[in-house]
Amino acid sequence: MNFLTDPINFIANWLGNLLLNFGMSQTLVTVILKFIGAGLVGMFGFSLVIFTIWLERKLYGRIQDRLGPNRVGPWGIFQTFPDMIKIFTKEYITPIGVDKIVYNLAPILSVSAVLLTWAVIPFAPTIVGTDVNVGVLYLVAVGSIGALGIILAGWSSNNKYSLLGAFRAVAQVVSYEVPMVLALLIPVLLGQSMGVNSLVKAQNVWFIILSPVAALIFFTSSLAETGRAPFDLLEAESELVAGYQTEYSGLKFGMFYVGEFLHAFTISALMAALFLGGWRGPWVEQVPILGVAWFFIKTFIVYFVVVLIRISMPRLRIDQMLNFNWKFLTPLALVLLIVTAIVEKAFIMIVPSLQLMEAAVPWVRAGVHLLMNILIVWITIQLLKSHRINAVRVVAQPRPIAVAPEPPASVIS
Amino acid sequence: MTPEQIIFLIVAIVTLVAGISVVTSRNLIHSALWLILSLFGIAVFYVLLDAGFFAVIQVIIYIGAIAILFIFAAMLTRRVMQDTGPQSNSNWWLGALIALLLLAGIAVVLVNWQGFTSLAPELINPSERINQLGLALVSPDQYVLPFELASVLLVAAMIGAIFVAGEKKQ
Repeated sequence: MNFLTDPINFIANWLGNLLLNFGMSQTLVTVILKFIGAGLVGMFGFSLVIFTIWLERKLYGRIQDRLGPNRVGPWGIFQTFPDMIKIFTKEYITPIGVDKIVYNLAPILSVSAVLLTWAVIPFAPTIVGTDVNVGVLYLVAVGSIGALGIILAGWSSNNKYSLLGAFRAVAQVVSYEVPMVLALLIPVLLGQSMGVNSLVKAQNVWFIILSPVAALIFFTSSLAETGRAPFDLLEAESELVAGYQTEYSGLKFGMFYVGEFLHAFTISALMAALFLGGWRGPWVEQVPILGVAWFFIKTFIVYFVVVLIRISMPRLRIDQMLNFNWKFLTPLALVLLIVTAIVEKAFIMIVPSLQLMEAAVPWVRAGVHLLMNILIVWITIQLLKSHRINAVRVVAQPRPIAVAPEPPASVIS
Repeated sequence: MTPEQIIFLIVAIVTLVAGISVVTSRNLIHSALWLILSLFGIAVFYVLLDAGFFAVIQVIIYIGAIAILFIFAAMLTRRVMQDTGPQSNSNWWLGALIALLLLAGIAVVLVNWQGFTSLAPELINPSERINQLGLALVSPDQYVLPFELASVLLVAAMIGAIFVAGEKKQ
């Protein structure tokens, strides 16, 4: 291990040895190193948000035929810093009748829930916060804490629009957790592990090729989890003022804002790690630090799609959104899970008798899974076609709004 | 003291304080929040016991599902933000008695149990633990009967919920 190929572990080793030489015990050194690592990952997440906010606003601007931020720095790249300073100086308004502790706790919860996710994301083969062996379940657990933050924000604000936003948050975030978890089970099934890093290691063929439907379900439902357009019912400004964050001001609002942007980036990172092969790429074995580059390239590609969807899709109606979840995504995910499990098991039983070449096995497996996925998509489309709306039900005849009055008789004559 | 012991002590104190606050807090939502804190403390204990799977499952099920359900139910049924009603009803002494009896029973069982004082044996093959757990749940020699019973109960509960909530056909 040397500095150039694997700098982070090199520094960690050096620091650990230094502390050991000071006479500290091994466990204490481990605790200190973990604390430093956690702090660094958190700082890294926050500083990344500074960049992604600029990126998103710029893309938003370009798509709407505007320039976007363009005053501070080249291409407006430092625009977020003045915004940050401005939000620091804003007044904290605490309305009468709020539940003070809960009101202040909610923004912290919703940011920390997103930040906690970063603990298990593998940036490179050797750079992982903690390689928990139940990493995928950990992701689900942490996601539910985020929902808690939103609910508490809505409840404690003592405002009916906030409360309505919180109700919708429960309906949306908790419902979309179901297909998300089911879709997460498919990488677990294919990779035969629940640790995120070992799932990345298992992707000789990217899981998006093995199971594109699972990737799509995971992507859609985690988009809904972030609560951004087209799933931004929680803060629909045309109906609910600003939903659960109506009463927040200053940095407390900023926390929700940062949390939302960080969440969008985090789901891209998860998508990259779980379905797009994470840090896998050429020359990663020799130079582990290169994995970070591959990982972030993939993450930013997914993030670009997330932003594009946010910009170009109109908001859904709440009943359409829930119907889509319970009547489409969840059954599809269930069917996919069962089929994938059966195909995987059958493949493992049949493959020794086929006498394939060692290198060809993962590709054959990918082909079989892909075929099953295509079959499922085809059946789904046929089923959907049978429920197609053939004609819009006519409720009433159109009525002319302005009819010219009959001219008085004197004018005619 | 090792760092593990320090963490244990801090978490134990927080969990106990949170547990007491669940019953003494006047506000329903605050009670639910204290409950979440104490459940979280228990999850940390699982981590300290090297049972990561149970820790995560504890967070998913108890905090992610049950506590959120509590909060949601309280938000929907009570007048939001108001502390209405007395804190305890006339059966409080019965509840306290049952809780005390339960505590005594658990204490007696634990004191007589050998595993309480002996060190836990090292588990072989740590990465296969979840695998072993899964196999134990479906193997006929071990826990397949409780597992299936629980599944049947859950299915019955789900059907019941659908029946209660479903639209009545005239």
